[in-house]
Amino acid sequence: MLKFPIYFDNHATTPVDPRVLDVMLPYFREQFGNAASRNHQYGWEAEEAVELARKQVADLIGATAKEIVFTSGATESDNLAIRGAALMYREKGDHIITAVTEHKAVIDTCKRLEKEGFRVTYLPVGKDGLVDLDQLRAAVTDKTTLITIMTANNEIGVLQPIAEIGAIAKERGMLFHTDAVQAVGKVPFDVMAANVHMASISAHKMYGPKGVGALYVRRRNPRVLLTPIIEGGGHERGMRSGTLNVPGIAGFGKAAELCRLEMAADAAHARGLRDRLSQALHRHLDHLSINGSMEHRLPGSLNISFAYVEGESLLMGINDVAVSSGSACTSASLEPSYVLKALGAGDEMAHSSIRFGLGRFNTEEEVDYVADKLVGVVRKLREMSPLYEMVKDGVDLSTMQWQAH
Amino acid sequence: MAYSDKVVDHFNHPRNVGSLPKEDATVGTGLVGAPECGDVMKLQVRVNPTTGVIDEAKFKTFGCGSAIASSSLATEWLKGKTVDEALAIKNTDIVAELALPPVKVHCSVLAEDAIKAAIADFKRKQAAG
Repeated sequence: MLKFPIYFDNHATTPVDPRVLDVMLPYFREQFGNAASRNHQYGWEAEEAVELARKQVADLIGATAKEIVFTSGATESDNLAIRGAALMYREKGDHIITAVTEHKAVIDTCKRLEKEGFRVTYLPVGKDGLVDLDQLRAAVTDKTTLITIMTANNEIGVLQPIAEIGAIAKERGMLFHTDAVQAVGKVPFDVMAANVHMASISAHKMYGPKGVGALYVRRRNPRVLLTPIIEGGGHERGMRSGTLNVPGIAGFGKAAELCRLEMAADAAHARGLRDRLSQALHRHLDHLSINGSMEHRLPGSLNISFAYVEGESLLMGINDVAVSSGSACTSASLEPSYVLKALGAGDEMAHSSIRFGLGRFNTEEEVDYVADKLVGVVRKLREMSPLYEMVKDGVDLSTMQWQAH
Repeated sequence: MAYSDKVVDHFNHPRNVGSLPKEDATVGTGLVGAPECGDVMKLQVRVNPTTGVIDEAKFKTFGCGSAIASSSLATEWLKGKTVDEALAIKNTDIVAELALPPVKVHCSVLAEDAIKAAIADFKRKQAAG
């Protein structure tokens, strides 16, 4: 039995796993204490829940519990990591390296730092969405203190070579932060193996609740210090003040534990669905292009451009399916996706793109339904598309004189 | 974004999708927009040379639902109008009829441009005789 709307937007957020919710509920009811209350049972119970979750999150990424700083989510984690490290190590240098396809939480933090006098290099990416390691090495100066490159991209799902980037950072004595939001819980991620010094994680991308995230901050080789961005009671080793979100953190911990124990099965499931969807679409439609590397990619991620059809009209045609598009019309900024533009395939490919995120709770039946529906809608819209007609008539669209507006 | 019922209706049941022979002397073709901007409209009219009345209008649109609805509506309105009456159609009429939100006003502007371009093409052909 299909339940509508079908949810294929697991990059945006994931539903809370019922097993996670079960763990959270007592901390809203009987065990509502403040984890910072040191002198009564309510506080002790809350602290115990937080410390268990800290261990569970640490175990998922190969860290120790003390290296986990809980935050309100990955946007805060990115801000704290980049801003906190830039300010803390300002005397050593004022240069940061990142990439053009990073999440806005990273890009905008870097832009703010530029206004405050820091210098930032935004590395380009190749057609496959990956940064070039030689370009990264060439960008390093003796004033570079921080590299921040995401592990997996939120729009196209490509996996950056973080172990190689970590090795470069280590060799040149720089800090390496990675926004690992999309990758953690989906693919193996180990802070020691990849030489990561800081990593941003979000609970709601891994079947946990919204409003809670973490920043991994390495404690040895090297011990990373950060200037806090939120001041107050000195919680979280002084790096992040504020009363802890105990139910959220407890759920985050359980979500991390489930991801660790079930990762292989989850990944195989998501990859199977993703490939089934891709194959069905390719069997019935021409002029499709997959955005970003297929080889270095999250298991449940698929970003496809349906040439000659505009993304928002596609979404309107499949209005019982929840997905996202890189089309300008679907973005708050009315600009096509900057990530897809960075791949260099032309803005029209961004306008025609759909991002599918398959996850733990999706089924083959859903994939078959969505593929069928999408094939019909794409065909209908192409019959309506002047561009498709011109291409069928042998017109080379790139030689046309268009009037941009 | 929530679409008005009229936009949804035009999107699900577009009127007058198709093409007319663009070499025909009685056919005017307007092609406006650009793929990199996310919308391209092709709008065609066939004008009865004796009466000056548009007896057929067709469109094809690459664009969002509002762009498709704007051009679909334009073809409906064009049929039965004289060339001069057609030129009097304003984008604001389309905005009002489809209840387009401010971010979609450019779709109606594009439809007005397409009408004007199609009529101009027809007039050019007539003048060239």
